[in-house]
Amino acid sequence: MSRSSYLFTGIFGTFALSCLALVVVPQVQIGNLQPQVDPESGEAYPIANARKGRDVYAAEGCFYCHSQQIRDEQNGLDIERGWGPRRTVARDYIFTNPPFLGTMRLGPDLTNVGTADWRNEAKEDPRKPARRNAAWHYLHLYQPTSVVTESNMPPYRYLFDLRKIGGERSLDALNVPTKAGYEVVPKAEAKELVSYLLSLDRTHPLNEVKAPAGAPAPAK
Amino acid sequence: MTAVAAPESKLTPAAVPVIPSTDAKVAVERSQIDSAAAGPVLIFFTTSIAWLLVASLLGFITSMKLHSPGFLADLPFLTYGRVAPAYNLALTYGWASLVGMGVSIWLMSRLCRVPLRYPGVLVLGAVFWNLGLVLGIGSVLAGKNTGIPGMEIPFGAAALMFIGYLLIGLWGAILYKFRRNAPVYISVWYLLGAFFWFPWFFGVAHIAVTMPQVQGVVQSVIAAWFSQNLSLLWLTPIGLAAAYYLIPKVVNRPIYSYNLASIGFWTFALFGGLTGMARLSGGPVPAWFVTVGIAANIMMIVPIVTVLTNFIFTMHGQTHMVYYSPTIRFTFFGVIAFAISCFVGVLASLRGFDSIVHFTQFQAAQQHLVIYAFFSMVMFGAIYYITPRLVGCEWLSASLIKIHFLGAAYGGATIIAMMAFSGLSAGLTMIDPDATFSQVIQIGQVYFAGSSLAYVFILFAHLFFALHFLLMLLRIGQPGGEPTLFANPGQETH
Repeated sequence: MSRSSYLFTGIFGTFALSCLALVVVPQVQIGNLQPQVDPESGEAYPIANARKGRDVYAAEGCFYCHSQQIRDEQNGLDIERGWGPRRTVARDYIFTNPPFLGTMRLGPDLTNVGTADWRNEAKEDPRKPARRNAAWHYLHLYQPTSVVTESNMPPYRYLFDLRKIGGERSLDALNVPTKAGYEVVPKAEAKELVSYLLSLDRTHPLNEVKAPAGAPAPAK
Repeated sequence: MTAVAAPESKLTPAAVPVIPSTDAKVAVERSQIDSAAAGPVLIFFTTSIAWLLVASLLGFITSMKLHSPGFLADLPFLTYGRVAPAYNLALTYGWASLVGMGVSIWLMSRLCRVPLRYPGVLVLGAVFWNLGLVLGIGSVLAGKNTGIPGMEIPFGAAALMFIGYLLIGLWGAILYKFRRNAPVYISVWYLLGAFFWFPWFFGVAHIAVTMPQVQGVVQSVIAAWFSQNLSLLWLTPIGLAAAYYLIPKVVNRPIYSYNLASIGFWTFALFGGLTGMARLSGGPVPAWFVTVGIAANIMMIVPIVTVLTNFIFTMHGQTHMVYYSPTIRFTFFGVIAFAISCFVGVLASLRGFDSIVHFTQFQAAQQHLVIYAFFSMVMFGAIYYITPRLVGCEWLSASLIKIHFLGAAYGGATIIAMMAFSGLSAGLTMIDPDATFSQVIQIGQVYFAGSSLAYVFILFAHLFFALHFLLMLLRIGQPGGEPTLFANPGQETH
């Protein structure tokens, strides 16, 4: 039987090592990070983001095509593409469970899509909207190619209602051609999702991240 | 097993010629073992093949959506973000895991020379597993996704699958406990490893991500660890165990070197479990995580080379069997794919290469190399070998097997090649500062139509395979005894 016990010890030992090194140690090292608090203003970053749109983002599987992580200059052009001013680190995600880091980019990174500076176009491209606000996101979700002609994102028409206009047109009705006397309005899920997208902002400076060369120094 | 004839050697290889006097006794014992295992193993095969058809269809829809985003766009449950994970779950847990468990049960039963008792427990295990999986995939399609890639199945459904697994794994352990063979074959090592590792990493990962202390990026770390383990510590060892059994059996000669096999197994177990973090390269994690992953990936060269050397030398001089034996043709294809997938895995973990293909379809190509081109092909080979022994007749038609092989081999290879080209060209554009991200996507997209076409071929190949298997279940086939071969080799083969 000794041969068996060697076998089992080995099988158990290799697993224990893997579990220790790749689960336990990471949890000990980065599982207890706290927000960074500015000593003068007392302002904390990051803060918990409890928007319901997170669940819609998960349910529709947005994270299979969109990442939420900015890599530094040694690992690609994320910063140069206008997706964010600095790389993201573990502290950026302490309140996001799960963090939607993403494994594939069939669409642009969304780490900071809620900020005015976020862009996916070339630097001087006039097509960049002044700001991707709620109205822009609704249009983009309803019919992506109507705002980004070359988009390969599927349309999410099922997140919208086709409603008969009774009296006044709704404020959030989409400016899209539809049946006469009807309007397209976002369902609750679409509103939550857009509110979540607009909240995405991880540009706040962190002490452990050096601002990339050439970028303006973080505002004091 | 035929190895009863060599008690003096602890490391008895898989296929030693049988001493004639014990021949009849061994044959009786084998047929007892096979008939005891037939019920549950056929249930595992049947459900896995049903999942294979589901997965092929979901794979086709997923692929279509990559180049035609408007395709079926108004059905919420078939939006890309739901159907893509459903496809992966059906492929890994439905087809791959179920067929893997079926093959493992049969191999354990044969290699330990123990007829299975109380097969109802295994059937119950399969029921729980399938029930959990239907619930899990249903949840994902209905818009209940945990948001953790690779671990989408909600906790409750995952718990059902876990219970199902425990019943199955326990039976595997019992077969080992009551084994009647003193030597423990190399296939059994891999099977014991897989059957021990799976519940641990499945349980640890699924419980850990629900714990309030495990926050943020640690969840991604665990997800990466889990996904890597699912392919490297669960499916791969089962695939290797089957290959280590089938190749010596069909070419009728022992494994070339047991020492090599032993080195291969232990280095595989040691380094395989440490490779996962290479998936997070460049991500928001401490740099040493990724460094460990890359180092382990490089060390994987040792087990890969030893395993391959063993297969190649065992096959040496017998490679003509590929022309005759369906089992060997599928298994050999799988072994070659294993070799390619391993070397691509090492290459893709290196920082220079990773920084190009990270976040591209190249990863999907790697995953399909392992799960389809390696694992599934070996499992097809195993089904072609095992099923006749369970139902008592041989496969009806060599042509049907040939169609299956052509569709699976060319279809699978095309899908993988298209994904790899897409990933490479998108990745090379991604590192070009003059290209916009929209250009990156457009360049990568060129290949997806080819991939969709290949899914059609694969779907038909699997339909023919399922039909052929159904005929076997109905005992419609050639009379038992002589295996159905592609051509007559003019000699006794097995």
